[in-house]
Order: sequence, then structure tokens, then C-alpha cells
Amino acid sequence: MEYIKAFIVGGIICVIGQLLMDSTKLTPAHVLVTFVTSGAILTALGIYEPIVKFGGTGATIPLPGFGYSLAKGAIDSVKKAGLLGAFTGGIESTAGGVAAAIVFGYLMAVIFNPKSKK
Amino acid sequence: MRKMEKQLHKISKEQEYNEYVKKKVPKPNYLKNSIWAFFVGGMICTIAQFILNTFQDFGISKTDSNTITVIIMVFLGAFLTGLGIYDKIGKRAGAGSIVPITGFANSIVSPAMEFKREGYVFGVGSKMFSLAGPVLVYGFGSSVAIGLLYFFLSK
Repeated sequence: MEYIKAFIVGGIICVIGQLLMDSTKLTPAHVLVTFVTSGAILTALGIYEPIVKFGGTGATIPLPGFGYSLAKGAIDSVKKAGLLGAFTGGIESTAGGVAAAIVFGYLMAVIFNPKSKK
Repeated sequence: MRKMEKQLHKISKEQEYNEYVKKKVPKPNYLKNSIWAFFVGGMICTIAQFILNTFQDFGISKTDSNTITVIIMVFLGAFLTGLGIYDKIGKRAGAGSIVPITGFANSIVSPAMEFKREGYVFGVGSKMFSLAGPVLVYGFGSSVAIGLLYFFLSK
């Protein structure tokens, strides 16, 4: 059941992105930025948390989930550390993913060469 | 009289041309693209759920399992991009391969690989962030803004 929920929620979020790209002139970059920002805002408004509870990785793995951990980290840290938390919280909670993206991204780019386009 | 005829002729030609262009510009196939995005995006999330459950079964806390899952998905996205497989999936899947975190890794590796010949600092080092940069700027930006808002509103 967990898997079906993740499949459906993740699928729906991707379809929203696809429809945005097909029906407007938005590039993938615009869609990604919009998704991260709206994920953060929806979390702050308390709307995204229930979606995560329901969809699991279906809600956390698409990019709005990145915005979700950013906003949730910032809010949780403000509760604990006050004003400083606003600056440290979001980045702390996403540090693993961002560091992995930079390190693995760099390594793969150095090891592999682009495939010739046919 | 003759001038007017010429002008009319010109206008009708222009209209014909515009209609011709309209016909030739491919219209996106909304249904087909959406189905592809749904299945590929859903599949990626299901794989992630499997990884998450596996780590939680080993008794690792939920937060840590989530972080590990993201790290593994980022690795897979970067690795498959290096092998040239991810872009093949992306041709069909569209947003289904762009929106998950694996697509974020893909957006880092692709330009970095492409611009390697410009050197390891200005080529790989800076081109890595041509797409990931804006995502991080707006992501971290909104995170700090939300933290500040929460701090002042909860006072």
C-alpha cells in the first residue's frame, strides 16, 4: 500500500510539472525553481505535511519535497535556536542531499564523457 | 487601384504563411506526455520508498533514513546520467525524470560533463550549477525567509 501511495503521489506531482511545461513556455529550470519554492511555501502553510504523511517518498523525492525539508528545517530550528535557526535550519536539514549532489555530480562529470548525440 | 490589389495580395499571402506555420509547429501530445511523466515519476518514487523502508527495517531513524534515501537517489541519478541512460529515459518521460531529485542530479552532471574541455574550474566547477544554482538560490532563499517570518510571527 505504501508503494502504491508513493507511486500515485509522485506520479501526480510529475504530471503537474509536465502539464506546466507543455501548456506554458516554462523551461525545466523554471519548473524546478517554481516547484522548490512552492514546496517550501506549502510547507509553511501546513499544506504539504499531510501530503508527505500520505505519500511518503512520493512527496519527498520530487523537488517540492526539497522545499519541504528546507522549510521544515528552518521552522524546527527557529523553535529550538531562535533567530539563528532561520539561517541554519533549512540548510542543515538538506545538507546530505546537497553535498551528495555536488560530490557525486562532480565525480561523474570527471569520470564520464558525454555520449555523442545521434 | 493596382497598389491596393498588390497590398491585398500581400496580406493574404501573410495570412497563408501564418496558417502554414501554425500547422507545422508540433503540438504537444498532452495525454501521452502526462502518462509517461506519471509512470516514470511514480516508478522513481516507488524505488525510493523501497530504499527508505529497507533502511528503516534496519532500525535507522526516520530522518536519517530519509537523508540516506536522498543521497542514494542522487547517486543513481548522477551515475545513470554519466552512463548516458538517464537522458534516454528523459526523452520520453519529460517532467517524470526532471521533477524527482534524480533529475536535480542529472541537471548537475549533464552541463558539467558537456563543458569539461573548458577546464575543471570554469568548465566543470561552474557549469555544474547552471541549473542547480537557481534551484539552490530560490530554495535556500525561501527557507531563510520562512524561518524569519516564523520567528517574528510566533513572537
